[in-house]
Amino acid sequence: MLEPEKQVLLAHGGGGELTRRLLAERVLPKLANELLDPLTDGAVLARPGGRICLTTDAFVVQPLEFPGGDIGRLAVCGTVNDLAVMGAAPKALSLALILEEGLAIATLERIVASIAATAAEAGVVVATGDTKVVERRGGDGMTITTAGIGELPDGLELGTGTIATGDAVLVTGAIAEHGLAVMSARKGLSFRTELRSDVAPLNGLVGAMLAAAAGVRFLRDPTRGGLAGVLADLAEQTRRNVEVEEDAVPLTPVARHTAELLGLDPLTVANEGKVVAVVAPGDAEKVLAACRAHPLGRAAAIIGRVGERSDWPLVELLTRAGGRRVVQRPYGEELPRIC
Amino acid sequence: MDKRKVRQLVGAIAEAAGRVERVRLMEICGTHTVSLFRSGVKGMLPANVRLISGPGCPVCVTSSAYLDAARELAGRDNVTICTYGDMVRVPGRAGSLEHARGQGADVRVVYSARDAVGVAREQPERDVVFLAVGFETTTPATAAAVMEADRAGLTNFFVLPGHKLVLPAIEALLAAGEVPIDGFLCPGHVSVILGAAAYRPIAEARGKPCVVAGFEPVNMLEGLAALARQVAEGRSAVENVYGVAVTEEGNAVARRMIAEAFEPAAAVWRAMGTIPASGLELRGKYRRFDARQRFGVEFGEDYEPAGCLCGQVVQGKVAPAACPLFGKACTPLAPVGPCMVSSEGTCAAWYKYGRPAGSSSAGTNAEGRG
Repeated sequence: MLEPEKQVLLAHGGGGELTRRLLAERVLPKLANELLDPLTDGAVLARPGGRICLTTDAFVVQPLEFPGGDIGRLAVCGTVNDLAVMGAAPKALSLALILEEGLAIATLERIVASIAATAAEAGVVVATGDTKVVERRGGDGMTITTAGIGELPDGLELGTGTIATGDAVLVTGAIAEHGLAVMSARKGLSFRTELRSDVAPLNGLVGAMLAAAAGVRFLRDPTRGGLAGVLADLAEQTRRNVEVEEDAVPLTPVARHTAELLGLDPLTVANEGKVVAVVAPGDAEKVLAACRAHPLGRAAAIIGRVGERSDWPLVELLTRAGGRRVVQRPYGEELPRIC
Repeated sequence: MDKRKVRQLVGAIAEAAGRVERVRLMEICGTHTVSLFRSGVKGMLPANVRLISGPGCPVCVTSSAYLDAARELAGRDNVTICTYGDMVRVPGRAGSLEHARGQGADVRVVYSARDAVGVAREQPERDVVFLAVGFETTTPATAAAVMEADRAGLTNFFVLPGHKLVLPAIEALLAAGEVPIDGFLCPGHVSVILGAAAYRPIAEARGKPCVVAGFEPVNMLEGLAALARQVAEGRSAVENVYGVAVTEEGNAVARRMIAEAFEPAAAVWRAMGTIPASGLELRGKYRRFDARQRFGVEFGEDYEPAGCLCGQVVQGKVAPAACPLFGKACTPLAPVGPCMVSSEGTCAAWYKYGRPAGSSSAGTNAEGRG
């Protein structure tokens, strides 16, 4: 039996009085800001200084709440971080909630509170939104879609186009934590772990990196597909080999052992609070220092370099044991519904 | 990681291997295959040391007939299939279990047999069938699950028996004599249950050295060094370099649990035919948990998809790169056989960690050697 005061009903999505009340009482007060408050069909933003950067994302993570975060925090950070690695300063996001009938309203409130707190942390606002309710689908109760807008300064062109042999590859901290933390929270996996998702808004850290030196060529956040996915992209798009030292890749012992237990390669596990950067060799140390000076980049490290051009560009790992092996993009759902 | 120790051990292997024409070692266990690649150790070995992958990948040696039976059960009303992840993607005649899931079947990945019992408890109105595959490492867990279901009086929990025993397969390979093997790198985790002494018949009666090793690079190298030395010196003894986890006697409690719920029976190994006393069937009062009995399902004839050489690969007769489908019609994205699907599969390991055919260094380095 669904309890109207405690659980989301299909009627809450009908657009009528129940909808108005759900939003007015449980959602809007937490998110209040100048852009959202008029509750008009669209938010009106001031003309940006530079170019507009637009991104979109969808979040289907299961479970909704996991050590270190929740779907709400993930939604804000995922959107903010996509803009940040483009070099754009994130400003505002849209938030569309699709709720499943039966979702506990208390859960909805916790997640909205998390969205609000994370937006404040990142210095962005939720400018506009939408809420729908669907029948139970055997999911965990909520999915979220966002679009994010950021300002991209004129003259900043990050991308693989300027990457050259000898460039340094850098990662801003320990990998694999998000994916493993989400897995540990899933039903059917009864291992306890101190692992927490690293989900965090990275615009501040990226800002510090870009301010440190002009030689930052490329940035990407290693979400689904992990570090291996980004390295594979790099090799493919630059048509150059990429060499990485396994010893240099930051990875906590807990993460290493948890990944081993699950039969996973940490290089392929999702991260939600890390950036991979390719930096001109002369600027690598400066950018590294800027990362380490920032709370989200203390464990940053230079992990490798971009190698020579090749007809068959490969990502090669110099292993801990002193051997070599190839790193490839993971093949599909190593960890389903991780973000 | 002590890189100096690594170099020292590689040197020791080279020294021993240098005393003979070649050293051909079978790594029985799929986890060893993957670890040797992933750690880069495989590429560090001398040119005359050949590592041959063996039949120690449970999914790879599960017969196609078993898969088809599972697929059929998945299509029955009210049946929930619980399985380890790897089984889900192996293609059968009517498609894979993943394919079945896409068509509405209830197929769930579990990480332990106990989880499957949990699903049965939670959903008394559905029949839950657990696909019980794996070697001695996982069998005790299935035994425990069946015993738990029995104690709880569950009437909706079943098992499709597919567990296998490693040693009879090794004996069968040696008896067939088709693949020359000088020694065996024995699986660390299985040996925790079996005990190192279990390999004595192979070492003594068959004259092949057996060394039990774990999965860390240094430990694997210690195992390979011990094997190379024995081969060079013409000895054939059981050695255990994984003493931190493996004893001579193994885990008698676990073996008793297996014996309580199961009894050895002939089993079909994919493409290897029937090997006597190499599989496990439910025994005594636990027979009622056999899904075949409950659902009137039988295993049909084993078969291989056209062109698939998985059966040859798991016996060490053929290296993955020699399979005409490898990397072309058969890739991890579109696998033909289980060796490419399983995370412990030889073909998957070669594909993921070796160099692509056509690349400038393919075939000139250890990843390409067999």
